[in-house]
Amino acid sequence: MKLYFKYVSMLLKSQMQYKASFIMTALGQFLVSFTAFLGVYFMFSRFHFVNGFAFSEILICFSIVLMAFSITECFVRGFDVFPRLIQSGNLDRILVRPRGEIFQVLTSNIDFSRVGRLLQSILMLAYAIPKSEIVWTFDKIMTVVLMLIGGMAVFASLFVLYAGISFFTIEGLEFMNIFTDGSREFGKYPLSIYGEGVLKFLTYVIPIALFQYYPFLYLIGRSDNIGLIFLPFLGFVFMIPCYCFFKFGLRKYKSTGS
Amino acid sequence: MIELKNINKTFKVAKRNAGFSEAVKALFKKEYTYIHALQDVSFTIGDGEMVGYIGPNGAGKSSTIKIMSGILTPDSGECIINGRTPWKDRISHVKDIGVVFGQRSQLWWDVPVIDSFELIRDIYKVEDTEYKKTLSRLIELLNISEIVRTPARQLSLGQRMRCEIAASLLHGPKILFLDEPTIGLDAVSKIAVREFIKTINRENKTTVILTTHDMQDIEALTERILMIGKGRILLDGSLTELKTRNSTHKTLTVDYSGEKLPVSEHMTVAKDMGGHAEIIIDTAFLTVSQAISHISSMVEVKDISVTGETVDEMVVSLYKEFEI
Amino acid sequence: MKKYLSFFRIRFTAGLQYRAAAWAGIATQFAWGGMTILMYWAFYQNGGNSFPMTFPELSSYIWMQQAFLAMFMAWFFDNEIFESITSGNIAYELCRPCDIYTMWFTKNMAIRLSRMMLRCLPILLVSAFLPAPFNITLPSDWLSGILFLISVILGFLVLISFSMLIYISAFYTISPMGIRILATSVTEFFAGAIIPIPFFPEAVQPIMYALPFASMQNTPFLIYTGHIGGIEALQSIALQIVWFAVLLTVGRILMRRALRKVVVQGG
Repeated sequence: MKLYFKYVSMLLKSQMQYKASFIMTALGQFLVSFTAFLGVYFMFSRFHFVNGFAFSEILICFSIVLMAFSITECFVRGFDVFPRLIQSGNLDRILVRPRGEIFQVLTSNIDFSRVGRLLQSILMLAYAIPKSEIVWTFDKIMTVVLMLIGGMAVFASLFVLYAGISFFTIEGLEFMNIFTDGSREFGKYPLSIYGEGVLKFLTYVIPIALFQYYPFLYLIGRSDNIGLIFLPFLGFVFMIPCYCFFKFGLRKYKSTGS
Repeated sequence: MIELKNINKTFKVAKRNAGFSEAVKALFKKEYTYIHALQDVSFTIGDGEMVGYIGPNGAGKSSTIKIMSGILTPDSGECIINGRTPWKDRISHVKDIGVVFGQRSQLWWDVPVIDSFELIRDIYKVEDTEYKKTLSRLIELLNISEIVRTPARQLSLGQRMRCEIAASLLHGPKILFLDEPTIGLDAVSKIAVREFIKTINRENKTTVILTTHDMQDIEALTERILMIGKGRILLDGSLTELKTRNSTHKTLTVDYSGEKLPVSEHMTVAKDMGGHAEIIIDTAFLTVSQAISHISSMVEVKDISVTGETVDEMVVSLYKEFEI
Repeated sequence: MKKYLSFFRIRFTAGLQYRAAAWAGIATQFAWGGMTILMYWAFYQNGGNSFPMTFPELSSYIWMQQAFLAMFMAWFFDNEIFESITSGNIAYELCRPCDIYTMWFTKNMAIRLSRMMLRCLPILLVSAFLPAPFNITLPSDWLSGILFLISVILGFLVLISFSMLIYISAFYTISPMGIRILATSVTEFFAGAIIPIPFFPEAVQPIMYALPFASMQNTPFLIYTGHIGGIEALQSIALQIVWFAVLLTVGRILMRRALRKVVVQGG
C-alpha cells in the first residue's frame, strides 16, 4: 500500500510537469460529459418523463454512474491503455519485476485529468439532490455509497476483461467499447427503459443493473425492498471471471511473446 | 548457473495479402506461417562468466533472453537458472536478475532519475543500508552523480543508458542481461559502459550475458561467444576461435595515384577504378603489413584502410558452412 | 494529381486489412444503434406533445449514423500526423515534392473511407430487415436519394477540412491533446451526433443549422430521412459548399503560415 502511494505521487508529479496540457484535457473531459448532460436536458425539456422517471431522478442515476465510471477510469487507466503496454514492450518490464502483475499494471498509469468528468458528475448530483423528492435517511445515503462502490467494481472488472482480450486481438477490442463506454453512455438512464431483454442481459451477463437499476428503485422510493441496496456487492463476483480471463491471457502472452 | 537443454520455440504468424478482394476473403479465412524461432538450443553458463550472445536480427537472440528472464515460455526443453525454472517461479527468479533493454527505458520519463531509483528500491524491497551502499558505488563507477537529479527526458542517450544500467543493478542481481547496451551511443559513452560492465563482472562476480551487433563490444568484453543463426546455436567458443575459423580474409581499401594497382600472390582485386581499389588479402598466407608494404612499394598511396569481417558477415559465412 | 490518387489507394487498401476490427466495429455499432433507438422508443412511448421527428425518420437517422460512423466520427484523428508535427519530423515531409495539406487530406479520406466500406453495408442490410418502426427505410423518392449522395460527400469534405484545422493547431499549441478533446466534444454536440439537431430547443436551432458542424452529418442524414426536402434541401447543400470552401481556404492559409514558421525556426 505504501508503495502504491509512492506510485501515485510519482505519476501526479509527472503529469503536473505539463500543467497546461493537464488543464486543457480535464476541461475537455468536463465538456464531453457536459454535452451529454445537455443532451439529456434537451430531451426532458420536450418529454418531461421517460418510463415514469422524472428529470431529477434521471440526473441522480446519471451522476452516480458517471462518478463511478470516472473514478474507475482514473485509477484503472493502466488496464484501459493495456494494448499500448503490450505494444511498447513495457509489459516485459513488468514481468521482470518481482511484484504482482495486476498491481504493476494498476500503477503503470493513473489518469488524473478524469477529474473533469468527476466534477461534472458532482455538479449534477448537487443539482439533482435538492430537486428530487428523496428523503435522505441513512439507508438512502448508504444506497448511493453502495451503488458507487459496486459500480467501480463492475467497471474495473470490465477494464480488466478488456485488457485480457487485448492479449488475443487488438483489432477486435473495439467490441468491448459497447460495454465500457456504452455502459457509461446508456447507463445514464435506468436500464429498464431499454426493455425487458436488455435489462435481463445487463443483470445476468454484464451485471450493470445490479448496481444501477435495482438499488436505484429503492433510492427513489419505487420499491420498499431494502434487500435491493445490497445487490451492488454482487458486482464483486463479476471480478472473478474477469480476473481469471486476464490471467489466462497473460499465460498465452508468455507462450507466444505477443 | 544457467542451463538450457533442447529449448524449442515456434511462432505462428498470420499472413496478410494486399488488395480489396483479398481483404474481403480474409474476413472469412486466415492463413498462417510458422517460424521456428529456436531449435534445440542448449548451452551452460557458469557463475561469474561473461558471454557475448551474437547473431543477426531475427536469429532468436531476444527469444532466448526472454525465456531466460521468464517472459516467454518455450514449447519444449528445459531451462534451469540458479535451480529455478524462470517461467514457473517468476517472482523469486526475477529478484536474481537484472535486465537492460537497450532500446527501451525503465526510468520514469518526467521525474528525476533518483526518484525512479527509489521506487525501484521499493519494488524490489531492497534494504535501506544495502541500497545506499549499492547506490553510492554505482554512482561513482558510472559517474552519474551530477545527473541523478535530472528528469530522464532531459538526459542524453549516453547518460540515460548509464542510469538504465544502474537501475538494473540496484537490487544486486546475480545475473545481468544486457540487450544491445551500446546501441546508438557515442564512442566515449560506449567505452564508459564497457569499462563498467567489466568492473561489475570482475568485482561482484555478476554473470553477464550481452547481446550486441557491435564487434568492438565483443572484443573488449567477452571471452566466450555464443553465436546463433536461424534459431540454432552455430558456435560456442572463444573470439579467437571464431576469427581463425572464419576470418581468413581482410579487405584493403586503397586510394593511390597511378593507373592500375599491381598485386602479388594471395591478393585479389575486388574493384579497381583507377586511383581507388579494394583488395582482398588471404591472411592465412599474407599478413596485412606485408600486403601494405607491397602496395606502397609499387604505387604512391594516398590513403589506406583495413576492414575485417563484421559479426554479421561471419554469421553469413557460418550459414554457408552449415548449409542453412 | 496522380500521386495523391496512388497515395490514397495505398492508404485505402491498408485500411481494408483490418478484418477483425471490421467485425468488431459492425457488432459494436449495431448494438450502439439498437440501444439508442430503444432509448428514444422509451421517450416516444411516453407520449408528450412535440415529436420533432417521426419515429421511422429517427430510426433511419440513427442507422445511417452508425453505417457512416467512420466517415463522420469527430474523435478520430491520425496520430501519425500529430506526432510528425510535435516531434518535428514534419521537416522530412517537406522534402517530398507534395503539398502537405493535400497529402493529409487524402490520408484522412482514405482511412475513414476504408473503414466505412467494410462496415456500412452489413449494418444497412441488417437494419433494413428489422421490424418496423425500428428499421431503416429507403428515401421517400429518388430525388432525395440523389440529393443525399451529393450531400453526404460534401458533409464528408466539410468534416475533414474542419479536422485539418485541428491538426494544424498542433503547430501553434503546446497541448494538441487538449485542443483535440475540446474540439471533439464541441463538434459532436453541434453536429447532432449526441442528439439530432431537431431535438434541440426551437430557439437555438437556427443558430445550430448555420454553424459548420450542421453541414457535416446532419444535412445528409436529414435529407435521407426526408426531414428536409425540396428547396430547403438545396439551401442546405449550398451552405455545405460554402462551409467547405471557407474551411478549406482557412486551413490552407494557416498551413502555409505554420510551415513557414517551421522552415524559419528549423522545426
